[in-house]
Amino acid sequence: MARPITPLLWMSFSAGGTIAALLFPIHLFLTGLAFPLGWLDAPSYESLRGLLQHPLTRVYLFVLISLPLFHWAHRFRYILYDGFQLYHLTRSIAALCYGAAAIGAAVAACLLWNVA
Amino acid sequence: MSTDAHYTPYHPKWYRRRVSVWWWLKNRTYAGFVLRELSSVFVAFFAIVLLWEIRAVLEGPEAYAQFTARLQTPLFLALDLVAFLFVLFHAITWFNAAPAAMVVRVRGKRLPDWVVAGSNYVGWFLLSMVIAGILLRG
Amino acid sequence: MSRATSSTVTLEVTRYRPEEETEPTLQTYEVPLEQDWVVLDALNYIKDRQDGSLSYRWSCRMGVCGSCGMMVNGTPKLTCAAFLTDYAPGPIRVEPLQFFPIMRDLIVDVTDFLSKLKSVKPWIIRDTERPLAEGEYRQTPDELDAYQQFSQCINCMLCYAACPVVGLEPDFIGPASIALAQRYNLDSRDEGARERLDILSTHDGIWGCTFVGECTKVCPKHVDPAGAIQQYKLTSGLDSLKSLLLPWGAK
Repeated sequence: MARPITPLLWMSFSAGGTIAALLFPIHLFLTGLAFPLGWLDAPSYESLRGLLQHPLTRVYLFVLISLPLFHWAHRFRYILYDGFQLYHLTRSIAALCYGAAAIGAAVAACLLWNVA
Repeated sequence: MSTDAHYTPYHPKWYRRRVSVWWWLKNRTYAGFVLRELSSVFVAFFAIVLLWEIRAVLEGPEAYAQFTARLQTPLFLALDLVAFLFVLFHAITWFNAAPAAMVVRVRGKRLPDWVVAGSNYVGWFLLSMVIAGILLRG
Repeated sequence: MSRATSSTVTLEVTRYRPEEETEPTLQTYEVPLEQDWVVLDALNYIKDRQDGSLSYRWSCRMGVCGSCGMMVNGTPKLTCAAFLTDYAPGPIRVEPLQFFPIMRDLIVDVTDFLSKLKSVKPWIIRDTERPLAEGEYRQTPDELDAYQQFSQCINCMLCYAACPVVGLEPDFIGPASIALAQRYNLDSRDEGARERLDILSTHDGIWGCTFVGECTKVCPKHVDPAGAIQQYKLTSGLDSLKSLLLPWGAK
């Protein structure tokens, strides 16, 4: 039996992929293209700051950032393993990928935890 | 069966073809698969952009203005366009793959693939409208 | 036998004679381009009339035995289901199934597949057998429907030839075996799901699969092994989640 964490890593990959699929396109379109290019009016700083105070927004943002990071970690690790045949580095690759995702999630948590 | 003679999987005269590192270029499906997997890099990229945006908002209006200015530079516009296309590619391949993993049975009969995939697309559209509504209000 | 057409098609066929050479080569043959011939017919024509030394496997010639799988122009196909006219004007390249060791010409060694298949215990496992007096195990049409698709597998190994993970990781159990394990897991008469989970929830099992999906594309019986594996991943994942969140729950 694989280490018990393996199915859970796949579940986080799956959840992250679903969130990225459902929510990233609109967020990316607005934040990365429509607002900077002026196609649509960007929200004012005050309204964003106000949105950020709401606990629901903070939970939403935490999930929106962390789970897709784990999605990347899992997929990237496998493509390095299979795509580029880096079998001998599998332990380090896994540690780097999931570690990076965990750091990102931790940073998100720190930022979002206490918002005045 | 006698325990003396046993056939080992290794037979020196059988020809074993080595799999090249470029196996994924042999075939359109394989290449599409690798591209799909690499789309996750752009997913991570945008997650970091979101993190950066939150930090900018928390630091104050000047920091946020710097952030928005950065996003208007040609480099970031190009990166964001490419990321957007890859994220779209991820979403479409994800929703089309969903019926394989999610078997929904209604009264004993399995829901057809297009229903499962279709409901994903509908959910995608509805959620996008909700988010756009929230962000475009203020 | 009169021929309706005088046109021909070229076949480029892998030859490998281990007693004579160290590497496979491609040998060219001209074969009549008959409207209703498949690649297997062409191979039989070659063996009967041109080159009796050509070695290959075949049996039913109608897509149920799974013997005649080969690479046709780089894609795993049952040669009894690959019409020459679909590949005309050719040339048509016929090679042994990918990712298997070549024994001779178009014949590959399948021992590895057979041992992997056996390892997933593809049979009904019961905690206790019902006595004969109680009669047969009965199944409703819906219970049959739950696993029937996965029972259509003819062990032709086209999915193994299509799956890059099979090629990259020699110990990967592979699409057909995992689909067949699911066939028994989902069978209402079976009680061996937990036993199979221990074998399959491993890196060589379901977690080696990256859902390329090529196995399902090439399957001649529409078994959808990729679907079987993803469903199994979800089952295993939910199982792990449940035991994490509800550790006191009975297994």
